[in-house]
Amino acid sequence: MESLNVSKYFHDPVTIKILDNINFSLYESEFVSIIGKSGCGKSTLLYILSTMDTDYDGDIAIDGVSMKGKSEKILARMRNEKIGFVFQFHYLLNEFSVLKNVMLPGLKLGLYSEKEIEHRAYEKLKILGIENEALKLPNQLSGGQKQRVAIARALINDPLLIMGDEPTGNLDKKNSEIVFDIFQELAQEFKQTLLIVTHDNEFAARTTRIIEMEDGQIIRM
Amino acid sequence: MKNKLIFQIAISLLLARWKQTLVAAVGVTFSITMFITLLSFMTGLNDLLDGLILNRTAHVRLFKELSISKNQPTDLYYKNSKGHNFIRSIKPKNERLDISNSGAIISTLQKDARVLGVAPKITAQVFYNVGSIDLTGVINGIDPLEENRLFKFNDYVTAGNFLDLKNIPNSVILGKGLAQKMMVSIGDVVQVTTSKGERLSLKVVGFFQSGIQDIDKVQSYASIKTTQKLLGASASFITDIQIKLKDILGAPAAAKEFESFYEVDAIDIQTANSQFETGSSVRSLISYAVGITLLIVAGFGIYNILNMMIYEKMDSIAILKAVGFSGGDVNKIFISIALSIGLFGGAMGLLGGFGLSSLIDQIPFNTDSLPTVKTYPINYNPNFYIIGGIFSIITTYFAGYFPARKASSIDPVVIIRGK
Repeated sequence: MESLNVSKYFHDPVTIKILDNINFSLYESEFVSIIGKSGCGKSTLLYILSTMDTDYDGDIAIDGVSMKGKSEKILARMRNEKIGFVFQFHYLLNEFSVLKNVMLPGLKLGLYSEKEIEHRAYEKLKILGIENEALKLPNQLSGGQKQRVAIARALINDPLLIMGDEPTGNLDKKNSEIVFDIFQELAQEFKQTLLIVTHDNEFAARTTRIIEMEDGQIIRM
Repeated sequence: MKNKLIFQIAISLLLARWKQTLVAAVGVTFSITMFITLLSFMTGLNDLLDGLILNRTAHVRLFKELSISKNQPTDLYYKNSKGHNFIRSIKPKNERLDISNSGAIISTLQKDARVLGVAPKITAQVFYNVGSIDLTGVINGIDPLEENRLFKFNDYVTAGNFLDLKNIPNSVILGKGLAQKMMVSIGDVVQVTTSKGERLSLKVVGFFQSGIQDIDKVQSYASIKTTQKLLGASASFITDIQIKLKDILGAPAAAKEFESFYEVDAIDIQTANSQFETGSSVRSLISYAVGITLLIVAGFGIYNILNMMIYEKMDSIAILKAVGFSGGDVNKIFISIALSIGLFGGAMGLLGGFGLSSLIDQIPFNTDSLPTVKTYPINYNPNFYIIGGIFSIITTYFAGYFPARKASSIDPVVIIRGK
């Protein structure tokens, strides 16, 4: 994954340059964290890289494919197939069981039969140690468990890259530890590429590479 | 596979707010029910009222009107003079009242491709003798079989059998009001006197009720032969020829043609009863307008509920988009929610409409003026159901269209970062 000369402006209420010529690359099975003070643009960068935010200058490439100017439909397909998300808030759909929540992106991609996706979802839940909660509804789980379900959902399509926006921001020390251990396990055992935005320096220190940002620029990588 | 997934999501969103969904569906059901019932009832009533006149009226009636000659001899005489001539108080000549050469006219008409049927008729002015009193009245000489075939004569015969007119010589079917006035019942004999003083005894074989009291008080029916005998006229004596056409709309043109071709007077049904057409079409228009208004109101209900759902499910929509559902997919989800409300509500509404109209159909509706009608009239025209069904889907589609477009354009970054 590459970012080339990415700049972004916020126009409301006055035009501010929030990202200034960001250039960096991310390689397979790297566990990278982005740190920086609030408002330095780290989350903004993440959402641009995620293809959800399309209002920027410059270009990004995922798996060697340029994302600039692609239609909304193609970008949605790209996210579905190649990127997994973990947000600060879990964003599970309360209408569906935990299992169904994990299966949703897989069903959307439609590479496997529904039975097989269900089987894979169980496996992902097993990796995260919550296979016993599979048939519960999300609102019956604890905060830490919900976040683990969200990680399982991010994993379902075996994405090239998992992006996290402060995935431990809402969790207590113990649960943060669990989530970090999961990320580390994914990186080491499954060679999963991870890009995590965090303001927790302790968390960042344990990743393989740290990108530090300040005022819309990368100051260390 | 993909559509199945979208449908599953739509259903679970629906069930998550099943109370509001139900209210929206009930709104559609109610409006479709009322739409169907209103139209069925209104059209039923229209048909009844129109039938009251249209079924009994000839599309074209040929008759002979006694009038003054259009070519007066003085006009011919003074044709080339420079002065003016005035003639006053011209009287018509004593002519025969019957249509000349009626037999040939009838047989020609029966061969005409536009004509459904021809029924001859004689109108005779008579006095009914009740003791020492004479009641004025009219005896219509008819061909009972043709009269029934073309003008549903039997519908108005409330007692006795109309075929007896043909089978029993010198028989008569009296208007109900007239029979009451004369205090006679079936099997009695009444005396009638013609305007020329001839007297005849007629056996009462039935009563009829036309729905118009003034007619029932003076009119009665006898066979053509009986009437000819009464008038002392020959077997070719016919005063009116009633023609029923296959296409009622062709009546004015046909009337004009027959008038000049057979050299008689002719009047078409549209000219004779112009007020009916206008009345029915305005009534249908009003029912359609009310029905469609109801549906549009129900559509606004669906629109509101979907809008609310979108605000409530903003997070879900954002995450669906984040994990790879495109705007088009989200659009489809909300459109299918709206359409399932429309389909379900509409189907229930069609059933409800049918139920309610059948119920109205059972309510007794007895009126002296309409002897054949026992319950409220309902027209079960399948077109109303088709229109109602299509309209329920169209309104719910549009009610869902704008909220769905809004949902599909939600920016997931704004929602997710806003937390």
